[in-house]
Amino acid sequence: MKEQSLGEFEELVLLMVAALHPEAYGVAILENLEVRLAKKFNISAVHVALKRLDDKGLVRSTFGGITEERGGRRKKFYQITALGKKVLDAQYEVRTSIYAEIPKISFT
Amino acid sequence: MQPPKNAISFLRWFCRKDYIDEIEGDLTELYRKNFLTSPHKAKWLFTWRVIRSFRPEFIKSFKGVPSNPFIMYRNYFKVGMRNLVRNFGYSALNITGLALGMAVAIVIGLWVHDELTFNTYFKNYDRIAQVTKAGKFEGKYYQGQTYVQYPLVEELQTTYAQNFKHVVPISGPGGFEAVLSTDDKKLNRTGMYMGEGGPEMFSFEMVYGNWSGLNDLHAIMISESTAKAFFSGQDPIGKPMKVNQQTDVTVAGVFKDFPRSTELFGLQFFQPWKFYLEDASWIRKQGWDNHFLFLYVELAPNVTMEEAGANIKKAEMKAIANLDYMKNELQYDYDILLQPMRNWHLYSNYKEGQLQSGPIQLVWFIGAIGVFVLLLACINFMNLSTARSEKRSKEVGIRKTVGSIRSQLIAQFFSESFLVVAFSFLAALLIVYLSLPWFNDIAGKSMILPFSNSSFWVVSIVFIFLTGFVSGSYPALYLSSFKPVSVLKGSIRQGRFTSIPRKVLVVVQFTVSVMLIICTAGIYQQLMYVKQRPVGYDREGLLSIRKKSEAFDQKRDALRDELKKTGVVTEVGESGGDVTGTWSHNGGFQWEGKDPNEEEHGFATLNVSPEFGKTVGWQFAAGRDFSPEIAGDSAAIILNEAALEVMKLKDPVGQTVRWTNRAWNVDQDFHIVGVIKNMIMNSPFEPVRPAIYLTYGYERVLLIRIAPGVSTTEALPKIEKVFAQVIPDVPFDYKFVDQQFASKFSNEERVGKLAALFASLAIVISCLGLLGLASFVAEQRTKEIGIRKVLGASVSSLWRMLSQEFVILVIVSCVIAIPASYYILNNAISQYEYRDDLSWWTFASASVGALVIALLTVSFQAIKAAMMNPVRSIRVE
Repeated sequence: MKEQSLGEFEELVLLMVAALHPEAYGVAILENLEVRLAKKFNISAVHVALKRLDDKGLVRSTFGGITEERGGRRKKFYQITALGKKVLDAQYEVRTSIYAEIPKISFT
Repeated sequence: MQPPKNAISFLRWFCRKDYIDEIEGDLTELYRKNFLTSPHKAKWLFTWRVIRSFRPEFIKSFKGVPSNPFIMYRNYFKVGMRNLVRNFGYSALNITGLALGMAVAIVIGLWVHDELTFNTYFKNYDRIAQVTKAGKFEGKYYQGQTYVQYPLVEELQTTYAQNFKHVVPISGPGGFEAVLSTDDKKLNRTGMYMGEGGPEMFSFEMVYGNWSGLNDLHAIMISESTAKAFFSGQDPIGKPMKVNQQTDVTVAGVFKDFPRSTELFGLQFFQPWKFYLEDASWIRKQGWDNHFLFLYVELAPNVTMEEAGANIKKAEMKAIANLDYMKNELQYDYDILLQPMRNWHLYSNYKEGQLQSGPIQLVWFIGAIGVFVLLLACINFMNLSTARSEKRSKEVGIRKTVGSIRSQLIAQFFSESFLVVAFSFLAALLIVYLSLPWFNDIAGKSMILPFSNSSFWVVSIVFIFLTGFVSGSYPALYLSSFKPVSVLKGSIRQGRFTSIPRKVLVVVQFTVSVMLIICTAGIYQQLMYVKQRPVGYDREGLLSIRKKSEAFDQKRDALRDELKKTGVVTEVGESGGDVTGTWSHNGGFQWEGKDPNEEEHGFATLNVSPEFGKTVGWQFAAGRDFSPEIAGDSAAIILNEAALEVMKLKDPVGQTVRWTNRAWNVDQDFHIVGVIKNMIMNSPFEPVRPAIYLTYGYERVLLIRIAPGVSTTEALPKIEKVFAQVIPDVPFDYKFVDQQFASKFSNEERVGKLAALFASLAIVISCLGLLGLASFVAEQRTKEIGIRKVLGASVSSLWRMLSQEFVILVIVSCVIAIPASYYILNNAISQYEYRDDLSWWTFASASVGALVIALLTVSFQAIKAAMMNPVRSIRVE
């Protein structure tokens, strides 16, 4: 089976799903990302990322109840799966191990 | 606070069902948040986000809806075809029966259409009327006199001219026969004198020349077929011809022969009316006395039929008010009426001045038969389909179980019935195509299948759908209502009452068939009875020849002598008209003992030569025949018994009768020399009219009596040779009196033949249905029959068991049909004066006949089933 690969934005969204667990859904993810990164994103980019993560089996979704502020539409909540967590861990490990090997460089 | 509508509906349109909640929900949530800071910007943002969401991941599949109705219907037809082929016997019965029914319906439809569109060949159909007369007589209003007098023509052409575009007299309907000749050819042709406006009014279709062809005194217009016969297709305009060897005429126009469904059918030439006027001086002389012509008018553009009718109503009364010789006529208070062309064919049958509904009733009656026969065929179809329902109920069960809904099953059965109907329609077209010439012959029509007519196809398609719907409705609605569980369990035993509709259908069919058979038999019985009526003279071996040239009179004696010399002719007589019709009816007779208050009697008056009686062989009740030797016989008359009855003379021979009549230019005493037994000269269905025979005046017809024992084939060449010698200018053209007489029955014979045809078709169709049903029942009871046989039942007892049910049904039909047809027949024949009473054996034999035919049909199947080897039949399954 092919190794799961994650794009940068996908990784951010997956991290955010994990961080907001179990209340992660489109708008919440978008807003948190914007605050953290101080940058504007389009909601549809989040939706697409979520769909790809779902297709790869890194997240799964459940529907919440109908609320008034969403015009009678249900919230779609995403939870990270075990596989998703493993991918995140692996990614984190790769980065920290590489980071640890950085020699002391002086920036003058 | 609501997001932009267009954007949201766009989103809902393209978005996949499983993402719409997430996307629309998120977008709406964001929108509401943005809305608090800037409503305007929020709207833009919302739209923008929708557009950004329009990406392959979220767009739903539009191939979606997987239904293809074409495939579904194709499947229906495929299953239908397989069903037809599998049950070949049933389908053949079904299709044959339905095809026969449809063929009858098509032929009858064509016939009814032809009758109803009679005369529409004429372009001015709506603007043409015939001028007729009506009058009051003894408090009764008599209508429908079609013959009018010459002065009325002039009256309408002058005083009332503004009402009419054309006023066209013709010389009697049907025309007269004459010899047309060129230098090298002479032929007998039928034609008439016609007013100048006639060709335009009747919109002649001209081949050569134009509508003004009758303007010239010595012109003649001839039909295309006549032109072909004389001039072999070349333009004959301006060519000279002769009429009856004496009148020189010039061809001024050639018109297309008139189709059969027109008033002018069979007329082959027209001569101008004004030539007639000049040629026959008596026309002007006789004035208002002589009713001899037909008068047609075409309305002026701005005048309606009612206006014109009102304007001319009193035309005759005004004109004759001051005429001395018409004083006696004023009491009748004549009305001049217009009979529109649309009424000529079906609404102009007057009897004793009252309109008869006979012709139009006949049209509707025949139409009703057509509908009935078609209905019978439809009933068969329904009957067989329902009978087979048990077999197909399993199919219905399975279809329902795998998900068919009821409406689909209904559609399936309808499409099957449409399939059968479509096949039957093709077969019916073939049958009609092949049998139409023969039918035309019987019905005296020239109908064709109007393939090029679009409305024919429209009607046909409607017809197919209607028949398909009617014949398929019962199986479609009934079969589809089965419950799948009970069907598949096999527990749908049809109860006692499920066979009742089937039985009712059989009874209806046979009732109609038996009624048709009885009516046909009744008509034939009447016909035979009237044919055996004594005619009062000997019509065998009697030749009738029209005197078409003056040479007949000039060479009278020579002709007589030569004919008698041949040895095959015993006598030659002459008369003023055919033996098979009285043409002249007159009043003005006075006799001793006549009740002065009694109404004026019209007598048929026939002028005959002294040899006439001997020639035709009339029979005397009293007195003697005319004799050429007795000088006083020029003032002698002979009465028939009917006249004697009217005159109420005790001892008629020798009595004096005074006759005063302006038209005949006579005012003198006649003495009665003899009384003959009634001779049937008019309709054999009616009582004989009082008639007076006299030797006074001119004669128009030559009668030749062939010697008894000499065959006509032997006599004719000899007679023809004499004519060729004595009168070489005129073609030898003769009629047999017995044939002329037989033609009086043609109408009744035609109706009889048609009724026989339809009755036999009805019984055939009914029997086809019965055959199918019987074979089905036999098949269903195969096992029962087998077990019965094993237990010792005989073939005859099984046969009785299987036939009995149907025989009872047919008997019930007969019981219904007999009183119904008695009522119809009684009404139908009561219009004939001379008739035979209906006899019980007509009804009995028709019923027994139907029963026997039905029994034979059923027995065929029943015996087949009863003879089957029980081992085989029980082993099934």
